[in-house]
Amino acid sequence: MTELVWLVIALPLAGAGFLHFAGKYLREPLAGWLASAAIGGSFVVAAVAAVPFIQGGEHGTAVSLWDWMPAIGASMEILWDPLSALMALVVTGVGSLIHIFAIGYMHGDERFHRFFTYLNLFAASMLTLVLAGNYAMLFLGWELVGLCSYLLIGFWFTRPTAAAAAKKAFIVNRIGDLGLMVGLMLVFTTFGTLSYTGIFERAGDELTSGLATAIGLLFLVGAAGKSAQVPLYVWLPDAMEGPTPVSALIHAATMVTAGVYLVARSASIFELSTVAQVTVATVGAATAIWAASIALAQRDIKRVLAYSTVSQLGYMFLAVGATAYVAGIFHLMTHAFFKALLFLGAGSVIHAMNDEQDMYKMGGLLKKMPVTAVTMGIATLAIAGIPPLAGFWSKDEILGSAFERGGWFSVLWIVGLVTALLTAFYMTRQWVLVFLGQPRWDEGIEPHESPRVMTAPLVILAVLSVFGGLINTPLRLTLEHFLEPAFELVKLQHPPEGVGMFILLAGLSVLAGLAGAAAAYLAYNRSSDEWRGFEGGFEPLWGAWEKAYGVDDIYGRVIVAPGKRAAEAAAFQFDIPIIDGAVNGLGRVFRDLGEWARPIQTGYVRNYGALFLAGTIVVVIWLVAGGA
Amino acid sequence: MLTWLILLPVLAAIIVSLVPSRRSELHLSLGIALAVLPLALAGYVFWAFEPVSGYQFIEDVTWYAPWGIGWTLGIDGISLPMVVLTTLLVPIALGASTSIEKRRKEFVVYTLLLEAGMIGVFLALDLFIFFVFFEAILIPMYFIIGIWGSDRRVYAAVKFFIYTAFGSALMLAGIIALAFTHAEQFGSLSFALSDLMRLDLPIGAERWLFAAFALAFAIKVPLFPVHTWLPDAHTEAPTAGSVLLAGVLLKLGTYGLLRFNLSLFPEASVDAVWIMGILAVVGIVYGAVVAIVQPDLKRLVAYSSVSHLGFIVLGTFAFTSGAMQGAVIQNVNHGITTGALFLLVGMLYERRHTKLISEFGGIQKSMPVFAGFFLFMAFASIGLPGLNGFVGEFLVLIGAYATLPVLAVIAASGVVLAAIYLLWAYERVFTGVPEKPENQNLADLSTREVALLAPLAALVLVIGLYPNVLLDKIAPSAEAVLDHVVEASGLVIPEPGRLADVFVTDGEGE
Repeated sequence: MTELVWLVIALPLAGAGFLHFAGKYLREPLAGWLASAAIGGSFVVAAVAAVPFIQGGEHGTAVSLWDWMPAIGASMEILWDPLSALMALVVTGVGSLIHIFAIGYMHGDERFHRFFTYLNLFAASMLTLVLAGNYAMLFLGWELVGLCSYLLIGFWFTRPTAAAAAKKAFIVNRIGDLGLMVGLMLVFTTFGTLSYTGIFERAGDELTSGLATAIGLLFLVGAAGKSAQVPLYVWLPDAMEGPTPVSALIHAATMVTAGVYLVARSASIFELSTVAQVTVATVGAATAIWAASIALAQRDIKRVLAYSTVSQLGYMFLAVGATAYVAGIFHLMTHAFFKALLFLGAGSVIHAMNDEQDMYKMGGLLKKMPVTAVTMGIATLAIAGIPPLAGFWSKDEILGSAFERGGWFSVLWIVGLVTALLTAFYMTRQWVLVFLGQPRWDEGIEPHESPRVMTAPLVILAVLSVFGGLINTPLRLTLEHFLEPAFELVKLQHPPEGVGMFILLAGLSVLAGLAGAAAAYLAYNRSSDEWRGFEGGFEPLWGAWEKAYGVDDIYGRVIVAPGKRAAEAAAFQFDIPIIDGAVNGLGRVFRDLGEWARPIQTGYVRNYGALFLAGTIVVVIWLVAGGA
Repeated sequence: MLTWLILLPVLAAIIVSLVPSRRSELHLSLGIALAVLPLALAGYVFWAFEPVSGYQFIEDVTWYAPWGIGWTLGIDGISLPMVVLTTLLVPIALGASTSIEKRRKEFVVYTLLLEAGMIGVFLALDLFIFFVFFEAILIPMYFIIGIWGSDRRVYAAVKFFIYTAFGSALMLAGIIALAFTHAEQFGSLSFALSDLMRLDLPIGAERWLFAAFALAFAIKVPLFPVHTWLPDAHTEAPTAGSVLLAGVLLKLGTYGLLRFNLSLFPEASVDAVWIMGILAVVGIVYGAVVAIVQPDLKRLVAYSSVSHLGFIVLGTFAFTSGAMQGAVIQNVNHGITTGALFLLVGMLYERRHTKLISEFGGIQKSMPVFAGFFLFMAFASIGLPGLNGFVGEFLVLIGAYATLPVLAVIAASGVVLAAIYLLWAYERVFTGVPEKPENQNLADLSTREVALLAPLAALVLVIGLYPNVLLDKIAPSAEAVLDHVVEASGLVIPEPGRLADVFVTDGEGE
């Protein structure tokens, strides 16, 4: 089956290709079901091909497809190992559910088939990224994911905000990509290849720690762009302009995990540089608490989730920075379940509320849409880290690992703990604002539960959010054993040993989660006047959080506006008057000189040609005379 | 065989010129039909070309023995892709010229003569006939801009002509000096490239000659700061003129640097690495920055060419296998994507008679197919992996890092800038709600227009995913140029810079 693993990429790619050319001839749901079948098939192939890893003992194989750029050792090759297999399963599994959900959500859109073309293309790109056997092919998937993100955020292109958000996402990602690209230059110059196998086995012998630090930090720049870390996270909240299934698929469950995957995949390089590890972890922890504080005060149901995603990705960076790669990937997986669920649930709510996204205008939806409410409630508990739900196990493993590593990481552990409290608060606030209390809807809105095609994926994701964490508990480290072959070249950071320590650390984080949830419930399960007063009590902090600290404004004033002015100066005050002016000035001098020679200035090109020829002959004669 | 590649367009031009002027409906279609013949022949040459170093299909006839001039033609992996590209772009450019009503016959004749000249430049292995072709091209291009261009066409045409002719005058002196040096050292005049490569030049003379050649080619590329003829020429030229200008004419400069400067003056080339590299990188960044704020779509694409061509020059002077191959393949890639972008802008111009970005907005609504092609080509130009532009730029950047790390890193910022200027332009032209009434009911692409763009789009994908269709044939010739430079100058190329090293280390890795 491993030889057929290219099908994992090829199926959604073929789906995209088919829909691109033939999609407009298909009736509405058919295009969606076709796309879902393509990615579903991809999931089946991946699952079957992953069986040897589940049985254990397999290290993975490289499948070579074709030469791409031989001069820099880049070929199209797939590395099928436990890590790529797990990533492929998450992408195709969660992806399939989101495809199906979108069939209901995009109902009635005039570019229905186009949407599924892009979704399938996105899946193929993300799978290229995670299945790549070398950095060049990873970069291929990396950039194509960015392309799909651009296409999907800007899907409703007549909305100027959507078009601007799409452009912003691509450009900010590109800034990160610049770092990754320079990192790849370093890698190639050091190893003479971009192939994983060639690099990782030799890294220990051939890479100095200085070089490893440089490569690691450059990779971090790329990862921070794609995974929306400080200071490059600003594109992700705006990306919510895309249709909600896009937010779920790309901006929660899959694309944004690419940076985490990059660091985990490059574990052998990060292994050699403590500086790079600490920087990754610190960026992660800083992002986690920064974005969580912003999420506290958001009114838009999707923006809460967007900043929550940024924050949770921070946890994953904290994990991989602490070399707790398994914990990071574990959280990546559980987060994919509950964040996809949250986004799809939010989509279901927005759908029911006639595209209303302001939570202050919701309330009391529990009775109107019970399935959405209950499943979202489960996801809220999961992300808040309440045991035994999925988020508890993975978040706890991250915090435990940071604690165990000690030193500076103890500080990061405390940051993570505070973030856990904030997370529980803003998620509970969201759920209470949306589903409890009195209805605050605009007139004319009649909320209703979404159709089966949308609720079924919610239920499946809810089940995964409940039980998904059991794959890796201190009692049974199934995931760890599964992933071990992919990390055998590096030392993995673990949480402290022993039941006592586990209960102590877990107890602390559960306490943080419960405290946050309880505070939010008490604050918001009241009349709107009361909780508005509660929010007002936090001024001016609350206003700063609500405006996301004004970072977009600052970037606009400090980077974008001066950049544009500089470009205008270069174009209109330098290029035209000075560079071109010099040329034209030179031309004028010659023209004035030529005034006295007016008789030969006939204006006929043939005469100029004759003069040119004559001049040439003079030069030749001069040279002949000189040479002889 | 190669002589026929040059003669076919000439014969085509003669045939078209024999058709009476009143049968004006025939000229264009006949021209397109006849332009397919050189394409077919070039396709055969491409197919029959063996992927080894050295010139193939050589034709060598003494033309004027006393001066040592020969009709010497040959093709290698560096010129082959350019010849094929030229023969492909000419029928496409003609097919995009249906809106030309005025003096249509002359237009077709000039375009075909231009094709002959361009192919001649790429095939010539004798510097005399190279120079003849190099200059001959100016004449049809001068007329194409000056007669069929837009408002300031005469200004642009004269500027184009004088600027480039000025550069070539110095090169001509250099060529003649080389021929006489050959007479000194070997007893007879010769203009043959292979003869002149054997000359033993004092380093001082070699540097002067390098500069004379490099200036001529730098103006053609164009390199900063001799680039200002390009935006004017592009903006005023008719669509076909812009396509051929960007697709082929600019490549005469990069091709000339690679073929003549590196081969004839290897030591001076190594000495000039920093000058050429810095000019290239300045061009990459400067061209992109200036492109961002251009109000006119054609000027924007024109400045983007200044930026993209910088990558080619950087790759040429980085002296590693990857960078050299990247430079050669980027010649082709830029011709395809920028040619296509000019086609697209031309199609828009035919509908709205303006190229000003501010005149548009929201036209994706009425022209979805057009928008799709534009975005596709824009992303190819941005260097999205999987499309052709990436292959060239990535090879250049990764390859150049081994020898010119600082310049390579600065050059890499060009990929961010490219995304800024193209996506911002796309946003302003295509997205939002079409507010101007004239933007609301634009006709989408016709079958003819799709047929012109589709082959280019297909090539973008094929080269992007399987560049070996070209790299297989390019690599041995690029290596040969590197070998020559190394042999003549004693340059030591650091380890992962040479193809052989890559294969060795890759083999060890697995």
